[in-house]
Amino acid sequence: MVGVGGQGIVLASDIISLAALYARHDVKKSEIHGMSQRGGSVFSHIRFGKKVYSPVIPEGEVDILVSLEEMETLRWLSYVNSDTKIIFTKTRINPPNVTMYPQNIDQEITNHFGNSWVIEPSRVNEKTGNAKFLNTALLGLVSTCLDFSDEAWRRSIHGNVPDGTFEANLAAFTTGKSLAKDN
Amino acid sequence: MKTGDILLLSGNEAIARGAWESDISVCTGYPGTPSTEILETITADYRDIYTEWSVNEKVAFEVGIGASLAGARTLVTMKHVGLNVAADPLFTASYIGIKGGLVLVAADDPAMHSSQNEQDSRHYAVAAKLPMLEPSDSQEAKDFVKEAVLLSEKYDTPVILRTTTRISHSKTVVEAGDRSSSPIAKGFVKNIQKYVMIPAFARKRHAEVEKRMTQMGKASNTLSLNRIELADISLGFITSGICYAYVREAFPNASVLKLGMVYPMPDDLIRDYCSKIRNVYIVEELDPHIESHIKSIGISVQGKNVFPNVGEFDPDIIKRAVTKEPPAKTVSITINIPNRPPSLCPGCPHRKVFSILHKLGVYVTGDIGCYTLGVLPPFSAMDTCVDMGASITIAQGIEVAEGKNHKQNVVAVIGDSTFAHSGITGLLNAAYNQRNILVIILDNGTTAMTGMQPNPLSGETIRRNPTVSLDYRKLAQAIGIPDENFRMTDAYNDKEIEDAVTGLLAKKGLSLVVVKGLCVIVQKRKKKSDHV
Repeated sequence: MVGVGGQGIVLASDIISLAALYARHDVKKSEIHGMSQRGGSVFSHIRFGKKVYSPVIPEGEVDILVSLEEMETLRWLSYVNSDTKIIFTKTRINPPNVTMYPQNIDQEITNHFGNSWVIEPSRVNEKTGNAKFLNTALLGLVSTCLDFSDEAWRRSIHGNVPDGTFEANLAAFTTGKSLAKDN
Repeated sequence: MKTGDILLLSGNEAIARGAWESDISVCTGYPGTPSTEILETITADYRDIYTEWSVNEKVAFEVGIGASLAGARTLVTMKHVGLNVAADPLFTASYIGIKGGLVLVAADDPAMHSSQNEQDSRHYAVAAKLPMLEPSDSQEAKDFVKEAVLLSEKYDTPVILRTTTRISHSKTVVEAGDRSSSPIAKGFVKNIQKYVMIPAFARKRHAEVEKRMTQMGKASNTLSLNRIELADISLGFITSGICYAYVREAFPNASVLKLGMVYPMPDDLIRDYCSKIRNVYIVEELDPHIESHIKSIGISVQGKNVFPNVGEFDPDIIKRAVTKEPPAKTVSITINIPNRPPSLCPGCPHRKVFSILHKLGVYVTGDIGCYTLGVLPPFSAMDTCVDMGASITIAQGIEVAEGKNHKQNVVAVIGDSTFAHSGITGLLNAAYNQRNILVIILDNGTTAMTGMQPNPLSGETIRRNPTVSLDYRKLAQAIGIPDENFRMTDAYNDKEIEDAVTGLLAKKGLSLVVVKGLCVIVQKRKKKSDHV
């Protein structure tokens, strides 16, 4: 998962990783906390399988790239290959002191990656009814590409989201699953 | 969480669990990325363990020495540069030894994700003559705390547990274990020959230290922490820590000697392993600590001749260095994207003061914290940043060297936690030596950079209980700063800050301005909790 500090990548990637554990996989997840996260570029690598050694994904070996911000998708191209499934969120966050946002990123992504889903956040938010649940809805979409059981996802969401928000998050997750059909 | 539970923990969370399982009862530290979450996790999840944010790492380690001598199994946490601050007690703690197991966690930050240098803390193990363990994942991070406690008590020595950012902040699978209870009786017992390091006693203790390290070196050959995974004998690696994971990823069929204890090293095991393998590579981030030792015992290996001594490694770097293969072709899209450097948050209380300092065109000696980002545009208002507290002291050196030509245009800028950590001594030095500098304390009520830890200025303990908070005005009075050279200002009031800075820069003598404004992240959290 890639994006910008403050977009909720740590929590979202925690949910995927724990779901992988509950789905009886070996799991490793790597990310960085600290100064670079004050509005900077953020990434989280998640790896699972029978046995995982490196928490860092080798170059060109990403299977699914979930990007929460348009241009951040391009920053991590060395990790993907032409078969990588890209979940590309059309959210733009200008870096400080940058006024011209790079154009046509979505077209380039769809041209280079046959396996890409372009997500309009406003349309997802309409369906979930709350922009707060965008990431959870995206996880619902991610879940359609993975073989984790519903129970694994449910337990992981339950274990990770703030008290009192589980039902709403689960609903957003379910809504997110249906996004696969729209794309 | 119970024994046998399968958990997904960061290295730091695993160390916290290891502390609990080892019956460690006292934990101290100073926040510093990537070490901070150890103490936070212990405080939140293992509430019967005493924890404190100490004023700085030296203090944390000394409190730890005292706790150990009184029989408590003790853990002290810090980042690599914090170990420099704690180095003074470290070297002598090696002489006096321990009573309850004493473990110091030093978290290095190769690639400097959130640090001012990428020093290799393994040198401290050699220099202070202390054993050092290095885990490769969270399971080992937990287990090695236990190993460290037992080694500490067996060999009467503090033990350093070294992690790096990728160990501390990666989550991997951990099986929760039982809690074993400490057999050590609590209570301080006099032993002046061992605890009072006057030269006559210290000479004897030094000999004991040398004996201990020789014994540990011998024992390390059979420790389960160090293991040989014999496979392909044409290609082998000697490695430790996160590099073990990378090596296994890049070369699943190679032989590996994995060192869990990186000091002292198992010479016989190394000799035996190297005699069986045709090509041995030493894989270690930063300095050639393992490589230099192995070469010093007369074994020829490859290491820094092919691997870099800067930054982090990953499986690709290791693979390419060994195979000399070029990087695989990846998808290329030719849209230029701007960098996204970190920046002060929107609404951050430090923003105004840096805008004003930029406008005034003064030299700013800076310090360690979020506010170091004042160096970047649009503020461009920082000219030095070295270590905790150095803003106040470097400003003094500039004034001294410039002498008569000094234009009273240097401002030292330091955060509240950093001021408590190492700023107060520098301020006292300025007063004592009659300097004419202006010091600005940016008080945002928290240790923001590392994730909002309370400190001696914020009036709360680690458990958010009320406690004393240092009174800046009284401190200024006590060290001899005249009242007219002291101002308390509001971080969101431009005029107040600018008047204070320009007014006091023009004055002779030492001046202190406190710019107070709660961290915007804390403001937001408070608002949120008010609603709920």
